[in-house]
Amino acid sequence: MSSSPLVVPTGFVTRRRAFLQSAGAATLSAAAVALIAGCESQAQGMGKGTDTMADVNILNTALGLEHEAINAYQLGAESGLLQKPVLDTAVLFQSQHKEHRDALVATIKKLGGTPVAEKSKSDYAKALNAGSLKSQADVLHLAQRLERGAANAYIGVIPSFHDPALAQVSARLAADETMHWTALTSALAEALPQKALAFGA
Amino acid sequence: MTWVGRSSWAVAALLLAASAAQAGGDPVRGQALYESRCIACHSLDANRTGPMHRGVYGRKAGSVARFGYSPAVKASAIVWDATTLDRWLTDPQKLIPGQRMNFRVALPEDRADIIAYLKQTSGK
Repeated sequence: MSSSPLVVPTGFVTRRRAFLQSAGAATLSAAAVALIAGCESQAQGMGKGTDTMADVNILNTALGLEHEAINAYQLGAESGLLQKPVLDTAVLFQSQHKEHRDALVATIKKLGGTPVAEKSKSDYAKALNAGSLKSQADVLHLAQRLERGAANAYIGVIPSFHDPALAQVSARLAADETMHWTALTSALAEALPQKALAFGA
Repeated sequence: MTWVGRSSWAVAALLLAASAAQAGGDPVRGQALYESRCIACHSLDANRTGPMHRGVYGRKAGSVARFGYSPAVKASAIVWDATTLDRWLTDPQKLIPGQRMNFRVALPEDRADIIAYLKQTSGK
């Protein structure tokens, strides 16, 4: 869970405060609060309806992506191939993926779902062919591909959400991944896309 | 436009989409699209968030070993070909309710190219 302090505004809704307290509110990030807040309409009185569980399935797919991203950056950081300040940026991006993860876990639970479990680091290393990484550029290219893929995935699932608040959250997650991709592309001294609408369908 | 006119356009649009799937897309462009759109969850040779794709063309849905499919996909009798893949990429939930992919490829030509790449990498 994120260690960012939760800032509670004046006049906070009583039932929301009760939920957050029961969920260990002191450790929920602002991102998690925002995601959960967007699900109030689904959580209230809808139970485990078909539409809600369909949205939970999408969120769990997203959670799987975040688990992989966190481990990919971990493998990169542990490879010894990243030099400062690139290493610092990788750690920053990993921390943001952890915020994504925490928010998704909290939202999935609030909607009555079971968050998909993280695999072992060795599973991710094998699936991502970490053994082929021989240079800083290799690590950055792997991260760049994953970030672009994640941005496109978040954009691609937007039409599938039943809750428009979750669709908007997917767009925000895509924006973070695009930011990561742009920074990685700059670190690789590669050109940005010349044409607009380079991401998504 | 009359009801007959509107329905004729709708039928024409459906036929156009179906023909795009069958016409055979560009696997080179399809590879670029795959590496841009699909790579977040899939690889050709490793199970990740999604199952591996090498050999998917002609394969029964839900049949890759050691991947945790949704019960819906696992139970499906669908065999992946140009038509079923086109329908899947258009709207996965409509084809197999209860699936977990949910990712859509909006443009028929993009779907055709991705399918052409998947067909090529399946040795078909």
